[in-house]
Amino acid sequence: MSLTQKWKTEWFGNIRGDILAGVVVALALIPEAIAFSIIAGVDPMVGLYASFCICVVIAFIGGRPGMISAATGAMALLMITLVADHGLEYLLAATILTGVIQLLFGIFKLASFMKFIPRSVMIGFVNALAILIFTAQLQHFVGETWIMYSLVALTLAIIYILPRFTKAVPSTLVAIIVVTAIAVIMNAGVRTVGDMGNLTQTLPIFALPNIPLTFETLMIILPYSLALAIVGLLESLLTASIVDDMTDTESDKNKESRGQGIANMITGCFGGMAGCAMIGQSVINVKSGGRGRLSTLVAGMFLMVLIVLLGNVVVQIPMAALAGVMIMVSIGTFDWSSLRNIHKVPRSDATVMVVTVGTVVYTHDLSKGVLAGVVLSAIFFAIKISKVKVESVLESKSSKIYYVKGQLFFASVTDFVASFDFNDNVEQVIIDVSGAHLWDDSAVGAMDKVQWKFEQKGIIVKVRGLDKESSHLMDKIGGLSKASGH
Amino acid sequence: MFKNLLLATDGSEHSLRAAERAIDLANLTEGASIELVYVVDGSMSKSDVLQYGDSDSASKKREEILSVFKDKIEGAGIPVKVSILHGNPAETIINYTNRNDFDCLVVGSRGRSKVQTMILGSVSHKVMKHVNIPVLMVK
Repeated sequence: MSLTQKWKTEWFGNIRGDILAGVVVALALIPEAIAFSIIAGVDPMVGLYASFCICVVIAFIGGRPGMISAATGAMALLMITLVADHGLEYLLAATILTGVIQLLFGIFKLASFMKFIPRSVMIGFVNALAILIFTAQLQHFVGETWIMYSLVALTLAIIYILPRFTKAVPSTLVAIIVVTAIAVIMNAGVRTVGDMGNLTQTLPIFALPNIPLTFETLMIILPYSLALAIVGLLESLLTASIVDDMTDTESDKNKESRGQGIANMITGCFGGMAGCAMIGQSVINVKSGGRGRLSTLVAGMFLMVLIVLLGNVVVQIPMAALAGVMIMVSIGTFDWSSLRNIHKVPRSDATVMVVTVGTVVYTHDLSKGVLAGVVLSAIFFAIKISKVKVESVLESKSSKIYYVKGQLFFASVTDFVASFDFNDNVEQVIIDVSGAHLWDDSAVGAMDKVQWKFEQKGIIVKVRGLDKESSHLMDKIGGLSKASGH
Repeated sequence: MFKNLLLATDGSEHSLRAAERAIDLANLTEGASIELVYVVDGSMSKSDVLQYGDSDSASKKREEILSVFKDKIEGAGIPVKVSILHGNPAETIINYTNRNDFDCLVVGSRGRSKVQTMILGSVSHKVMKHVNIPVLMVK
């Protein structure tokens, strides 16, 4: 397929489906963008501008057509302390820096490093995200009346029951309209979006963050930007794989990383908070018939049109309706099959998943959870692979053969050395390592140590079956220690 | 009687029973063949990608699940073709059945749990209602 042809199919291969799906996604994006702004502790406009900017930019330069990127819960949760301690301007600066880091990730093709993140960590990441979105809603229930509770219940009832009868209109939208209408007509006096912050009916304008350009500023925002960049790419590439699978097509992950980076840089300059791809919205988009870049563009454009035209209605949405929608989002985000299968997967994988979730819920930081999960997985892996088997066979009365099987490296050498009997009453020992591999200087050191211990007892040691790489390593490191008198 | 059979499966053990009946049906007609169709929906894409890493490994895993069915049909000496489709299960099966030239559709009656059926409705029920050819629903 030529480049123009590809461009044409990506943009105009599915015009009707893309426009319809884009409209559905825009309607579903508004409550989420507002709710995520409230989680981050900023005005609803910050999330709405972010969703608009990111959607529009990604439509043009993203690597996965049909994927929806906007303000997300995963990112909002990382910003809470930055906003609380330093304010919005620092968040905007951090957003731009996040974009720069992600762009570099894409340019240097580091997307493939994501494969070092084990699947159980990814499952833990998604589940932890769902739990945090849910717990972030609990604050809206504190000190509220039964009116608020029943509005939340009504929202959830409409969201889950309406699709039984019709799928023509998104049930979340109907739920929000009905609950808002009830609250306004009954004059219920419940808290609304308008009470949570300002909502201006204007387009975003270009402005660099108003912060001192010092090293100190950089040091404040850098840790946040790093965490945001990693979490953003993690969720974006995961979502890209899910869209790949849903549409049975492929996508360019490095291009997507660069696209996410540029989108965040531009968003930060237009007063928006950092965002990334959204699993839930992308699934809604594809399910509604969206396949091409046009769907993402329509979603972003239509969202802004709605805010400009209907801003004064949006501020009247009760927080109860938003909380209901967010509870639905968290239920949809959670990977329930991981709970059903938890007794089937290896115990170490289940532990990694639970530790990832636990760390996130405790620290409220998704990047720390991922780090804990990766480290724990590495430890489990080392334990699993460090099991070295040594079997001894008496060849003749005076000669014994040790067959070594497994990986010799820093974590396995202690067991390795301990499995030899140095007080044997033999003249010669043969160590057969054809079933083993030496990985590092600890392994070479251990081999030396075994030889030396036998030699001290006057037993001759022969090593056989060293593979090419291992013997090369022995020559390089072992030769040195021999020369130094061992 | 029925030469081109379409067997819709969700990979569950229960739908293996539907496969057995499809084989019985195919044995009645000389030169009958079975096409096996499996539909991946959005939420399945999400959990499979999470569990197996990426789209390619998920696809491979699905082929492994379906190979049980494929081997069973091939073992009975009936030609079989496997198709993996993407989308809403009921709609996709209905469209695929009506757009192609099949003589009979064989489906299992139950894969979803009671709660899922209550919320989402039964796939087989919807399929029964909207396909234009005879349907064999295996209980």
